[in-house]
Amino acid sequence: MEFRSSVDIYTEWDIVAARQLGRNEAKKAGFGTVDQARITTAISELARNIYLYAGKGKIEIERFEESGLNGIAIIASDDGPGIPDARKVMEDGFSTSGGLGAGMPGVKRLMDEFKLETEVGEGTKITATKWLR
Amino acid sequence: MNKRMIASINENMEIIITRWEELMKVGQDEKFFHFMPEQLIEKTSNEFANLMTSNIAENDIVDVRQLNEFTEKVVRFGWSIKFVNKAIDNFSKVVFELLEEKGVIDTANVRNYFTIFQNWITPLRENIIEAYALEWERTVSLQKIALQELSASLIPVFEKISVMPLVGTIDTERAKLIMENLLDGVVKQRAEVVLLDITGVPVVDTMVAHHIIQAADAVRLVGSKCMLVGIRPEIAQTIVTLGINLNDFTTTSTLQRGMQEALAMTNRSIVEVE
Repeated sequence: MEFRSSVDIYTEWDIVAARQLGRNEAKKAGFGTVDQARITTAISELARNIYLYAGKGKIEIERFEESGLNGIAIIASDDGPGIPDARKVMEDGFSTSGGLGAGMPGVKRLMDEFKLETEVGEGTKITATKWLR
Repeated sequence: MNKRMIASINENMEIIITRWEELMKVGQDEKFFHFMPEQLIEKTSNEFANLMTSNIAENDIVDVRQLNEFTEKVVRFGWSIKFVNKAIDNFSKVVFELLEEKGVIDTANVRNYFTIFQNWITPLRENIIEAYALEWERTVSLQKIALQELSASLIPVFEKISVMPLVGTIDTERAKLIMENLLDGVVKQRAEVVLLDITGVPVVDTMVAHHIIQAADAVRLVGSKCMLVGIRPEIAQTIVTLGINLNDFTTTSTLQRGMQEALAMTNRSIVEVE
């Protein structure tokens, strides 16, 4: 079984909506408070990146309920400018906006699986998955 | 022509209302009518119908006062905008069909009646939408003000010690407010130690952490110390995983422990009196 819901990111408040959705889904999937916080924070980072760099995009939350394979996936996609140096954004402390530069590598550490697809001028799609153990 | 239309409508008011009610009940996902007692439905329907017909202009000139009255009353029904829109739509549809049946409208004058209907329905709808939009805007701006009021206040607790409890989501606007209030308050209250309490902040991501670090740095610049208190266990774990460095300032799990530390920093302690 698979549940999928999404939130469009246009304003700063949509980040909160995406986060709320993620938290609820994580709760439904049976994650504990620490993992809920991890998932919510990861969504917050990804949604903020969309808001800051792409302007608009969407966050999709997918909940897997298969036997022996339970988990949640965050899919953040946008048609923004793309990331020119994909390796660099995964380095700690790298930021083009004067931030902490901990967002992307942080998300990778917060989640179990992380996939970054990006094309300059085309957009970016990030899929981050957390398995329920 | 309008007079004939109005006369015909008034003659057949009961039929119109019945048909309109039927239409409104069909395919209504909004269970509005189902929950209302029969009497109330009748009363509301009659009122709505009267309001609708009272706005058919005698000479194609829209009476603004009457229009506003209509809007005000309809808004007071408490219907959703979708429902109101449908109600107006259905009403005009029923009236048109009835007038056609009664022979008031025929192929020769249908064009004229089209204009009359437009002059009748369009302002109603526009006014309703505007009223609803204004109502929402008002609500949102009021809530914004309310939110700002409880946004970030620095509370002097002891001499030299102040606390800023943060509750809720921190966005860019609030972060700015926090910084301003924090610095203003520190100087005004002559605080030596400020405790930032994040017990009520649901998510601490890099943006929030960044703002907190900046605020703490600024507090240091004006000669005071900033302490981060109320770090819940799950927040502590995410901060560590994110790799955010909070080594530069003291942090504690609860406000209570933070307060003890702050007292120690200012060479004081709370003792029990015998």
